[in-house]
Amino acid sequence: MSSALDHKNATTTAPAAGARGAVAAVLRMRELPVLIALALLVLVTYLINPLFLTAQGVKDLLLNATIIMILAVGQTLLIITRNIDLSVGSMLGLVAFGTGSIFAAVPDVPILAVFAIGMVFGALLGAINGALVTLAKVPALVITLGTLYVYRGLNNAWAGGKQFFAGDRPEEFGALSVNTFLGFPVITLLAIVVVIAVAIYMSGTRPGRDLYAIGSDPDAATAFGIKVSKRVFLAFLANGALAGLAGVLYASRFNSVGATTGTGMELTVVAAAVVGGVAIFGGSGSVTGAALGAVLLTTITSSLTALRVDKFWQQAIVGVLILTAIIIDRVASLRTAKKLRISEARNV
Amino acid sequence: MQQTYSSRSGPSEGEPVPVLSLSHAAKTFGPVVALADGTINIEAGEIHALVGENGAGKSTLVKILAGLHHPDSGDFRVAGQSVQFRNVAESKDAGISVIYQEPTLFPDLSVAENIFIGRQPKGRFGLISKATMVREAHKLFERLGVPIDPTRIAEGLSIADQQIIEIAKAISLDAKVLVMDEPTAALSGVEVERLFAVARSLRDRGTGILFISHRFDEVFDLCDRITVMRDGRYISTHRTADVTVEQIVREMVGRDIGALFPKTPAEIGDVVLKVDGLSRAGVFRDINFEVRAGEIVALAGLVGAGRTEVARAVFGIDPYDAGAITFDGRKLKPRDPQVAITAGMGFVPEDRRKQGLVMDLSVARNVTLTLRNKFTTAGLINGAAERRAAQDWSNRLQVKTGSQEHAVSTLSGGNQQKVVLAKWLATDPRLLIIDEPTRGIDVGTKSEVHRLISDLAGRGIAILMISSELPEVLGMADRVLVMREGRITAELDRADANPESVMHAATSSAGGTL
Repeated sequence: MSSALDHKNATTTAPAAGARGAVAAVLRMRELPVLIALALLVLVTYLINPLFLTAQGVKDLLLNATIIMILAVGQTLLIITRNIDLSVGSMLGLVAFGTGSIFAAVPDVPILAVFAIGMVFGALLGAINGALVTLAKVPALVITLGTLYVYRGLNNAWAGGKQFFAGDRPEEFGALSVNTFLGFPVITLLAIVVVIAVAIYMSGTRPGRDLYAIGSDPDAATAFGIKVSKRVFLAFLANGALAGLAGVLYASRFNSVGATTGTGMELTVVAAAVVGGVAIFGGSGSVTGAALGAVLLTTITSSLTALRVDKFWQQAIVGVLILTAIIIDRVASLRTAKKLRISEARNV
Repeated sequence: MQQTYSSRSGPSEGEPVPVLSLSHAAKTFGPVVALADGTINIEAGEIHALVGENGAGKSTLVKILAGLHHPDSGDFRVAGQSVQFRNVAESKDAGISVIYQEPTLFPDLSVAENIFIGRQPKGRFGLISKATMVREAHKLFERLGVPIDPTRIAEGLSIADQQIIEIAKAISLDAKVLVMDEPTAALSGVEVERLFAVARSLRDRGTGILFISHRFDEVFDLCDRITVMRDGRYISTHRTADVTVEQIVREMVGRDIGALFPKTPAEIGDVVLKVDGLSRAGVFRDINFEVRAGEIVALAGLVGAGRTEVARAVFGIDPYDAGAITFDGRKLKPRDPQVAITAGMGFVPEDRRKQGLVMDLSVARNVTLTLRNKFTTAGLINGAAERRAAQDWSNRLQVKTGSQEHAVSTLSGGNQQKVVLAKWLATDPRLLIIDEPTRGIDVGTKSEVHRLISDLAGRGIAILMISSELPEVLGMADRVLVMREGRITAELDRADANPESVMHAATSSAGGTL
């Protein structure tokens, strides 16, 4: 037994050897495959079509990714706890149309107030989802499938055939999606700030870690005294607030908002999180990964266009890439599990 | 690891306030009395065993200590202070840590985070300091003398290591009382020794430990005092040095140990199973034996002698390289359990949780799992007929369950074993292979399982029983086959089988433990 122990000691104290440990830590990152895929994709597309990486090209890439990025961050909070919110597209639609309505009713409303109202509105919609899931104890998949239609229906009833156009909104509001700072569109910078803030919350605070614990083993979390319902409810609320933010940004970025704004977006969002290494069964993954996944997904579409791939094939290729990402992740995690088991076997 | 109890200053010197004391606690669930009189006193710096049959109320008592159940009445004190826990967190705050047989860690989180979840050390900006957390975890493992990497995720850890992590957690919580609920059930010998070393060092630092186990050798090896429970009631507390195993068993079951192995003679009939020259490279070699109707043949030997492997090959689960298996005069096709079942064989595996039962299904479903076709009309299962058959078998085997519809996972180990037996008996088998029939089953239910097996033999069923328990082998078997290192080294008739002869054949030298 003693020789086995010595051996294990030698391997466990090794990480002290700095640089090698750091490299190993980078290699273990779940985000790494997405990052590599993204870099390859951009490089290959650039080599074939250099116009892809002009200043305007990059700006378009980032703008396209921004809204999905924010939604993916919110969705990740939920997926990590073994929940999901399919109603994000409908929430975004309601808030985006609401934003248009506010500007139509009060043309000189402060832009910050619009952001605040949009996020509170989104938070309210998210809180309804959270309350239904935690009180009724029905799987989030079912509840939010329901609210997807309810919120969309409300949007239809509210908007009818009405649409608000960019011209109806103050110029400075639209400028958020046009102006750049250090080459980055302002709304993209906003999204990046959101990603960083949520990432720090998830890795550096106790409530953030609780979310991982809940997704890893909900029963153990309950037995451990973690307030599972409260945390899950708050995650739904936060996701709603982020969907609200995305809704306001949508109104800034796109020309028109109406009854169908955001339809179908939920699937892109879930796909972005999954491609970004967020385990669909909860417990692991990061918002950074999900944000990268969002960038990857939107970039794929852009590069396929830049490469003049028939639109007909684009969706199929996106689908294949999603499956590839999931298979790579699965194989990698199986290999890790096996490695862990082998090191375990040596220990005994 | 040797421990001499008399040399330690016993907890009975003077009358110190026990670190934990529960007196006359009662707990009922509807009409069911789970605990009638739960009484236990744990001193600081002692390892206290709690023994009793399944259903004696041990688990309920543990759950009260853990804050999962709230006693209906009784007095509960921690370090002299009266307490009433509303939840697990309050029990933890009071200094009680409970380690279950299969700990529940968060598989996706790191080992360090599992220890400190909810109270991670904070560093700059009020954020969690991972480095501090890992360092603290490392220190804990060093103190325990166990090398576990705090940065790895918990997924894939052995149960033994998971328990160590729970213990590390308990230490970091500064637990005054550590409750271990059957911690050794899933551990290997080395792991048990490691756990015991940790437990002793904690005791020597003044922690009070409550140790629940079915294994008497462990209880007598490790514990300073023993409390016995029976039928939800406190029976007695002894200093380990002052009692014998027999005395404890008597108090547990309320009857004599002699009644444990009631093999009744049965009429031996024709040969049912004949195994000829069965070999599998590296596993077993040249295995020859017969089992007759009404006969109980025991396969004895040390763990790892190849007994289970032979049984699995006979039943068609594992392949074999050479030899033949004849059942009722017909040669059986190898590697096809369906053929074996159709021919009239049943197999009760050692690990009933994983292989014998579908834990989440109802008792009825489990009992009828092997004979679905009998209750099927046009491809659909006839629920009423299924329930009738299940009820019939459950009654015959005296399965104690509130309802046939309850999930099997809610039953005690002994009753689960009865359900497995019922499942096979419902197929009307000619031969039953039973691997470790009473593993993890308490003494009282053990004798019921033995009576049952004996009954089955009496009805003309041939029984091939694998057992590592010498008394079980000697008490039950008409014939004993002893295996050592993949070969049968002795075939003993009931009259010739005694501890010495079996042990001699099982090990190259006499002595050692079976």
